[in-house]
This record gives sequence, C-alpha cells and structure tokens, in this order.
Amino acid sequence: MAKVLMKGNEAMALAAIKAGCDAFYGYPITPQNELPEYLSKHMNAHGRVFVQSESEVAAINMVYGAAGAGARVMTSSSSPGIALKQEGISYMAGAELPAVIVNVMRGGPGLGGIQPSQADYKQITRGGGNGDYYLYSLAPESLQEAVDLIKESFDIADYFRNPVMIAVDGLIGQMMEPVDFDLPVPKWDLKPKTWAADGNRSNRGKNIINSLFLDPQVLENHNIKLDKKYQEMKDHHQRYEMINMENAEIVIVAFGSTSRIARTAIELLKEQGVNCGILRPITIYPYPAKAFDELPKTVKDILVVEMSMGQMLDDVKIVNQGRYPLHFYGRVGGMVPEAEEIANKVLEIVRGEK
Amino acid sequence: MANVKTIYKRSEGLAEVPTSYCPGCTHGIIHKLVAETLVDLDLLDRTVGISSVGCSALNYDFFACDMQQAPHGRAPAVATGLKRVRPDSIVFTYQGDGDLASIGIAEAIHAAHRGENITIVFVNNAIYGMTGGQMSPTTLLGQKTTTSTDGRTASQGLPLKISEMFATIPGATYIERVSVHNPQHVNKAKKALKKAFDIQNKKQGFTMIEFISTCPVNWGMTPRGAIDWAVDNMIPYYPLGVYKDKTAGDK
Repeated sequence: MAKVLMKGNEAMALAAIKAGCDAFYGYPITPQNELPEYLSKHMNAHGRVFVQSESEVAAINMVYGAAGAGARVMTSSSSPGIALKQEGISYMAGAELPAVIVNVMRGGPGLGGIQPSQADYKQITRGGGNGDYYLYSLAPESLQEAVDLIKESFDIADYFRNPVMIAVDGLIGQMMEPVDFDLPVPKWDLKPKTWAADGNRSNRGKNIINSLFLDPQVLENHNIKLDKKYQEMKDHHQRYEMINMENAEIVIVAFGSTSRIARTAIELLKEQGVNCGILRPITIYPYPAKAFDELPKTVKDILVVEMSMGQMLDDVKIVNQGRYPLHFYGRVGGMVPEAEEIANKVLEIVRGEK
Repeated sequence: MANVKTIYKRSEGLAEVPTSYCPGCTHGIIHKLVAETLVDLDLLDRTVGISSVGCSALNYDFFACDMQQAPHGRAPAVATGLKRVRPDSIVFTYQGDGDLASIGIAEAIHAAHRGENITIVFVNNAIYGMTGGQMSPTTLLGQKTTTSTDGRTASQGLPLKISEMFATIPGATYIERVSVHNPQHVNKAKKALKKAFDIQNKKQGFTMIEFISTCPVNWGMTPRGAIDWAVDNMIPYYPLGVYKDKTAGDK
C-alpha cells in the first residue's frame, strides 16, 4: 500500500485498529487527544468498542476488565494521566493480563506542561506502580516505527501476558509523516487465552482473574514466576539500533525524538571531522545492555542525551560499569534539544574543552 | 432412609469452600441469594462476577461462576470494560459501602450514568469491616467506629443515601433497597435480585440492589443484636423500597 501522510497520534490509533484492537478506553489529556478522537470515530465503524471514561483511573480499570475477558485492549494518555493509571497497570501485571498502553509524554512534575518530554523514563522503566513488575517498553523514533511497533505490541503483550508500554513524546504524537500501514511485522507464537474470565464456564470450568495472594509463600512463588518473564525479556528481547558506529570516537546514547535529532547532529559533526555514533535504545525496558558490549574499540566517550534531567543516565551507568567516561546533555520542561546544541556538546568533549 | 429428601442445600452457584465471613454477618445470606438467582435464571454459566476490596474481596473463591478481582472501588469500571467486549455475558459487581460509597463513588455513578448493562450488588453495613471498623460514608450519626470513637458528628459528613442518589441518575434503569433481617425480607430481596438480573439479561441497562447489612464484630454486638440495631436504626434512615424502575411502564 502507498504511504499516507498522517499525524502521529492518529497514525498510532489506526495502527491499533490494524492490529485487531477490540476495545479502547481513555480519558482526554493533551498532547494525545487525537488518538482517542480518531478511535471514537472509527472503532464503532469496525465493530469495536470505544468508551470515554470518567477518569484515567476508570479507563485503566476498564482495560483491566476487558483484558481479563481475553480482549485485545488499549488505552493512551500522557504523563500525569499515566501516573493515575499505575493502579490498574500494577493489577494487570499481577493478574498477568495483556494490554497496550501509549504514553505521549509531556513535561512534569505535577501538571508540568504540554510540550514534549522524556521525563517519564523512570515511571515507565521501573514498573511504575506498587510491587515487583516491569512493562515491556518500546520507544519509537518515527511514525513508521511507532506504527510497526504498535501493530506488534499486541502480540508481545499477549505472549508475555503483561502490559506493553509505547513510550513516545509529544513530538511523535503531534508531528506528521508519511506512513505505510501494511509493512509486515514479526508474528509471535501465541496460545489461546484459555485463562480468560469471559462468562464461558460451561466449556472449561471456572476461571478467576486475580492479583491477591494472602499466603506470603504463594505470593513469593507468584513473584518468582513473574520475574521469569522479565528475565526472558532481558535475555532475548532487547532491541536497539547502532548508527554510524564504524571508527566512532564518541557515541551518543539517545532514544525516541532525541535520537532523531542526534542523527542530524552527527552529520554536522562529520563536517567538523568528528566521527560520532548513536546507540539508540528501542526497548527502554529491557534496557539494551548488550549494545554496550558491541561498541567499537575506537570509542573513547559516551554522551547521554535526553529530554529529562538524566533519568536514562542511571541505566547507562548501570550497564557501562565504568568502561567509558560518561557525559550528559539534557533539555527539560518541553524544551527540545537542537542538533547544533548536541553537536557543540560533542565537540566540547572530543576537544577536551571544559 | 428411603423417604429422606433434600429440601435445603448449598446453591450450585456457590463453590464448595468455606467463606471468610464472621459469624452472624449477612454476607452469607446475600451470597446465597445472588447465587440462587443466577441458577434460577439459568445465567450462571455466562456470568462474570467482579469482587471488590473489603470483606468480600475473597468472594472470587465463593461464587461458582467466572470471577475477576477489582481494585478498591473500581469494580464498576472493570465491569464496564468486560461487559462492553462480552455483551452477551452477565456481569455483576459485589461491593460494600467503603468500596462503593467512598473510594469508588465516581466509578459507580458513571457506570449508572452510561447506563452500563451490569448489576451492582451493594452491601451497606455502615462500616469498613475488613480493615477493622472505621467510619464509612454511610455510618449513621452518633455511630461509634474506630475513626469516630465518640460517635459520628455532622462535621464528619451526614450519611450518604446511595439508592436515593442513584435514582436521580438519568442513565440508571432499576434501583431498589432491600434488607435480609427476616425471612419475609430475604424473599423480597431475592425478588429484587431476580428483577435486576432479568433486566440485565434483557439488555435493559443499569441495575443496583442495595442491601442493608450487619457487622456484629465491628459494631460490637451479638448477631441478634446487630439485626435489631439495623432494623431500629438503619432502615428508618435508609428506607426500603424501589427508588427507580424505568421498566415499570413496559408492562
């Protein structure tokens, strides 16, 4: 199919329909409103479910209910709204239910702002709610990648029986790009949802969806079982892209829109005779630790660039294990780093200035 | 022995497990009525019950149908999500007054507002039982709890009349308040449940049955004394009856 020009939020909405999303439950918040608006118009036409809930808390619990019945279900929100959804997300992880959650990040803390940000990094990559759990978290840098990952994310959620977070910032949500909706995406090996509590008892006996385990030994066993999934994600499903790594003397680590801007920065640096690579995490959970083992011997420094005060920097410190000197450049509050700023920071480092 | 016949037994709608309820608590009667109603209407196989948080949190083990356990107060939202994707299922929530009238009031009101085709079984015993007897929105004036040790005063809020409030919601179809303090009222309560589940089965919209219930342990009374206290104090403030019936004109 030919490419179509679409706004990010609408493209992600259509990708969900293409992926067979049965139901969407959401609550308005900027800068993601075009996503539920698009679905409110098109889900019913496709015989699917759309409900505008009374709050983010209600929306995520509707997702929990529908996921428990075995449906393919999605919600979307932005940073403070995602914070409100942590209750239901934790329950879904505990009850082992699949769902896709899109977070179009904006500046914080508190009501913060409505401009692009990556300051939900910790909220996304540390589980976010109470208890020991994680979300498989994907951070696309373009609309095409966002569409492809959303199409695949429903399979990933079903495979792990765990929520998947699509982590984008307001830039991805609001910008327009040409997108092809029919590119093939990996198919995961999925089992029938025989566990669903969907009012079909006569065929298989009673099913229970539950995250309550009052016996501490039973709950410990449950946590160990959940952790096996997270270990499988870490061992086999890290995703990342290595860009311009050959003979790179310095590497920028950046994800999402920030890596997109870094791509322009490394072109500016080539004109200055500086060979700069980009290590782009596609999964921010599990963090792509393997990528750091593949850096070429020419690399002397690592620069972490984020739209936050250095939240991913902590993960880089963990996986770097002291191998490379680490530098940081961040813009926050909805301010987006420009390619020249990033290039200048790189030049400072490689020329030993400051 | 040939002439021995069974005249009373556990409902097929209840699993063969002991419940976690205290002696004298009316949850047991209400569970039995819900289970019998689902069996009588032949709905059990396609029912999903939503457990809430509180004394009834564990009832996903007690009912014999599919069950999903919900976060505190969110049962009507969980029920909404589920019912919308499985419109031919029968979905009920089972919630106490702390769960529904306090932390979950928004979810309950908006499920009624949207006219969700679900049934809420609302069990009002005017106290938080599971957490040890704290004041709830339906605790009566003067009633002593662990967070109103001298008795509730007006500054702590006048007790909320939930059925009366829900009757004002345009989207709600059927609202009734019942009690299970004697056999006559137990039979009346079962009729109310039958009406509510029948309405849901006919896809006629949102139904809620409020039960006046007791909590002998946290009220500090005997089971008999608790029943008498409910009759003397709760029912006068929370009058029994049908508060809304949109189907009344359909006859």
